[in-house]
Amino acid sequence: MKVQVNVNGVAYARDVEPRTLLAYFLREDCGLTGTHVGCDTSSCGCCVVVMDGTRAVKSCTMFAAQADGHEILTVEGLAEGGKLHALQQGFWDQHGLQCGYCTPGMLLTSYVLLKHQPNPSEADIREGLAGNLCRCTGYQNIVKAVQQAAGTLGQPAVTNA
Amino acid sequence: MIPASFDYLRPHTTDEAFAQLQQYGSEARVLAGGQSLIPAMRFRLARPAVLVDINSLTELGHLRINEVLTVGAIVRDSEIERAPWIGERRWSLIHDVSRLVADPVVRQMGTVVGSLCHNDPSGDWTAVALASRAHVVIRGKAGIRRVPIDDFLVDSFATAVGDGEMALGAEFPVPDDRTAGSYQKVERKVGDFATAAAAVQVSLNTDGTIRAAGVALSAAGPCAVRVSEAEQLLVGQKPSAELIRAASNTASQRSAPQADLRGTVDYKKNLAGVLVARGLRQALTRLGVHA
Repeated sequence: MKVQVNVNGVAYARDVEPRTLLAYFLREDCGLTGTHVGCDTSSCGCCVVVMDGTRAVKSCTMFAAQADGHEILTVEGLAEGGKLHALQQGFWDQHGLQCGYCTPGMLLTSYVLLKHQPNPSEADIREGLAGNLCRCTGYQNIVKAVQQAAGTLGQPAVTNA
Repeated sequence: MIPASFDYLRPHTTDEAFAQLQQYGSEARVLAGGQSLIPAMRFRLARPAVLVDINSLTELGHLRINEVLTVGAIVRDSEIERAPWIGERRWSLIHDVSRLVADPVVRQMGTVVGSLCHNDPSGDWTAVALASRAHVVIRGKAGIRRVPIDDFLVDSFATAVGDGEMALGAEFPVPDDRTAGSYQKVERKVGDFATAAAAVQVSLNTDGTIRAAGVALSAAGPCAVRVSEAEQLLVGQKPSAELIRAASNTASQRSAPQADLRGTVDYKKNLAGVLVARGLRQALTRLGVHA
């Protein structure tokens, strides 16, 4: 079947089997290998991309056909004009990655988190990233990176009751 | 790990979707959030020949409160979590589950109605639907019918939705303002199936006695279980530690879990009771009663 997906502002028209998963469409049909596949069963969050600017989705658990006519943001689309996105800069500055495998998913999940909660507490960030696993266990710095991007680093930790 | 081939249909109206489901019958499955169906297809546990993708049906995207809370078939868990009324005490059971089902990313795709239709023995929404006495609205050949959740949940992964039929939405009664609930879940990690879970909802009379009670368990049998013995114990009584203990004991007895890596049968039965007690205490605390 024919699908057309707008990925990072570029229209990709491709002929795919209905069973093609979005993660593989992005990696193999669009050549955008920044989206990583970890567990392949919706448990780890490596493959998260943003749909229509507001929703973080696990691209291993969605068909490319479902993205037909929609906008997808992948890690390749975060930086603008050679300037890193605030989240990417945060991960850089705070050493938010070790092996880097989970990083694209962490970035895009955080991207949507900050859209809905521009001033998240540390607890909000930890809760919001609960569906993303880092096998290097570098969570402390990942949380700091998101705090830096949100401009809440150094503020006292408050929990939303 | 790649699903078997299927034909993909994307209807633009509910009528069109229904006609397609009628045409393909048992060969077809509805694709809503896909967060259970797609993994099942990847493991080849499900091999539908046709998928009817209902995500374009905006008419099934409604989330509104009139006489009842209506949740359309493509309303995501995350929409519930962010609903403007979700902080009201009367919705505390639904608020709790909306923050505990699956994980925060899966909740942005997964749907309430899809979870009910999937009817996983360890599902979260099924137990909540029992405790809050929800209905599921089904469109069939004879028209639209509202099925009480107790009749809807037939067996593991089986519901009252027949071949060629379609669940349009779920309806939750609007609790009065002396109502609170609680969802208690123990899981090994976020996103895992529940080791045990309990959904509880309590309404009080003005004299402080319990007017209505809903108690249900997940991961405690072939599908979510209503603990009617506990509900009967509670109604008409004044909340007390003793009453909570009695309700908790009935829940343990009623629980019929399977042993797996998450725990033994004895452990899970005990945990079911503990979670009912915690749920009742939290619901009552939310109502300003400390029992």
